Amino acid sequence: MPDVVTASRLADGVVVFLTAERDWSEDFNRAAVLADAAASVAALARAKEDEEQNLVVDAYVVAVEIRNGHVVPKALREAIRAAGPTIRRDLGKQAEGHAPLSGPTAVVEAEHVSL
Amino acid sequence: MYHYDDFDQAFVAARVEQFRDQVARRLSGELTEEQFRPHRLMNGLYLQLHCYMLRIAVPYGTLNSRQMRKLAEIARRYDRGYGHFTTRQNIQFNWPALKDTPDILAELAKVEMHAIQTSGNCIRNVTADHYAGVADDEIADPRPYAEILRQWSSLHPEFSFLPRKFKIAVNGARHDRAVIQAHDIGLQVVRNDAGELGFTVYVGGGLGRTPFLGRKVRDFLPERDLLGYIEAILRVYNLEGRRDNKYKARIKILMHEKSLDTLRAEIEAEFSARDRKLLDLPAEEVARVRAFFAPPELEAKKPVSDRVERRKGKDARFASFFAANVRPHRQPGYVVVTVSLKAIGAPPGDASADQMDAVADLAEDYSHDEVRVSHEQNLVLPYVALDDLPAVYDRLASVGLAEPNAGQISDIIACPGLDYCALATARSIPIAQRIAQKFGDGARAKSVGPLKIKISGCINACGHHHVGHIGILGLERAGEETYQITLGGSGDETAAIGQIVGPGFSSENVVLAVETIVETYMGLRLGEEETFLEAFRRVGLAPFKEALYERSAGQDI
Repeated sequence: MPDVVTASRLADGVVVFLTAERDWSEDFNRAAVLADAAASVAALARAKEDEEQNLVVDAYVVAVEIRNGHVVPKALREAIRAAGPTIRRDLGKQAEGHAPLSGPTAVVEAEHVSL
Repeated sequence: MYHYDDFDQAFVAARVEQFRDQVARRLSGELTEEQFRPHRLMNGLYLQLHCYMLRIAVPYGTLNSRQMRKLAEIARRYDRGYGHFTTRQNIQFNWPALKDTPDILAELAKVEMHAIQTSGNCIRNVTADHYAGVADDEIADPRPYAEILRQWSSLHPEFSFLPRKFKIAVNGARHDRAVIQAHDIGLQVVRNDAGELGFTVYVGGGLGRTPFLGRKVRDFLPERDLLGYIEAILRVYNLEGRRDNKYKARIKILMHEKSLDTLRAEIEAEFSARDRKLLDLPAEEVARVRAFFAPPELEAKKPVSDRVERRKGKDARFASFFAANVRPHRQPGYVVVTVSLKAIGAPPGDASADQMDAVADLAEDYSHDEVRVSHEQNLVLPYVALDDLPAVYDRLASVGLAEPNAGQISDIIACPGLDYCALATARSIPIAQRIAQKFGDGARAKSVGPLKIKISGCINACGHHHVGHIGILGLERAGEETYQITLGGSGDETAAIGQIVGPGFSSENVVLAVETIVETYMGLRLGEEETFLEAFRRVGLAPFKEALYERSAGQDI
């Protein structure tokens, strides 16, 4: 399962993703997609070095998948973290065009249900 | 309200500078995250899903206009233009930068506010009835005791590294509006037969993954023994509370494992063994602190206002507001006004900077400069003259704060849930929004009557779901949000933990399940005067289970 590596930037807490250039981006779409476990382990090790350098905190690996032709986080928690609150589309990465291109959706009310 | 003296001001200022130094050392790398984390938590700073989160204490829920304006200023200058009022009478900002937090705390110190002990394994913000000092059913104002406890517990060297967090609530009225039995210590102000003030003391309440109601350890604790007895409780807990497992570390577990009689005996033994004079609470000191909370001089007014009656006659929405959001004041001719932060479809407890400023202006113009924050995530204007009510209502309406739904089905408590919280397992705010939209604020909501829905996005239960008449707990199962429903919980003087109604519901269906529960109640109630809670206590779970599961042949509705 492919992964990306994420962390929070120390100075302001903003969610960031490790890029292929070994840099950190606020934009999920710039995250390096790690094809296998070995790549994930190596990327996380690099992230931990940046933790040591006090650039980021709490680095970890996020499982991603391809949905509608786009790379997106698999878990809802990570999808929300990569986009922003689902109840405030004006806040977070989604407001700055930095969210995954296929983000978490609002829940649609069940209309036809047999009781 | 209480005002800092020189000692308080110097204490808070020193704390800000200490934290400024800690933040600088963290940013420079002198402190590791592991070393820094306990410091930031003791100053209310978390790292959440999207950003840092700063939790600021509103001691016993009382604010003045200057403080409210400062919160608005912080929201604009350092955050994203809004704040979130919580079930612990705190306010949380969801987007502050670590590097800015010392400046934010310095700004707060200017208006006698801080974030000390809003997190960490220490004694947290002491909460109280949000109608303190103005309620018509009050025995005594609980806030002087809460303030004494705040001063005593701030940076208390013996109790700064407890096994786990420790929450104290004080209620001064006959009706419990502070959910005291859901706290580690719950204090109910009472008078004994001689007319002396004291407390009935409950210990070991708490929600979370293992909910327990507080058990009564003392029927009557004399006022002067308040600190000594609380110290004895904390000393027993500090020594014997479990430190090997954070999920079993609260005093409620100690109570459960040792039994009420054993724990009470240990507390009493500890209390008896100490030198009573050391922590004696002299009546003069209580009187000194109480003087800060003395009610303002209120001009005598007629108990009925022609202006209000005329407006009620021609404006149905104002009449609804009057019926739901306005309650009697101890002083005739005045009312206590609930400012609902539950506009239909809005996130419960959120207020924009403009709304905060508007409430500050109203407090200054019409409510003796006071605002309250309720644990139900609303604001309260405690001293409104009845004649002023139409003007107050109009100004609230102009900033979207006149929702006439206090105490109704759409006045829902919801924790931030997975939209913000790093611990959450499911979203809670969207469920609250959808329920509110489903029932609205019109005739349907009114016909349902008083009903408290409380929603938590994980088992830590910040949304108090265990004590909701209808409680909703958001969980994650196989990657999907799922919602477990409990019924019959209550956070008042008849406190009860809700009972799980059955298997959980998907996000799509949980609102329909709530609707089914409400319709079942309306079908079986003995009349409009029988509330949901009363009806539930009469009939139990069975009719609701049947409506939810059997009629739908075991499907997820």
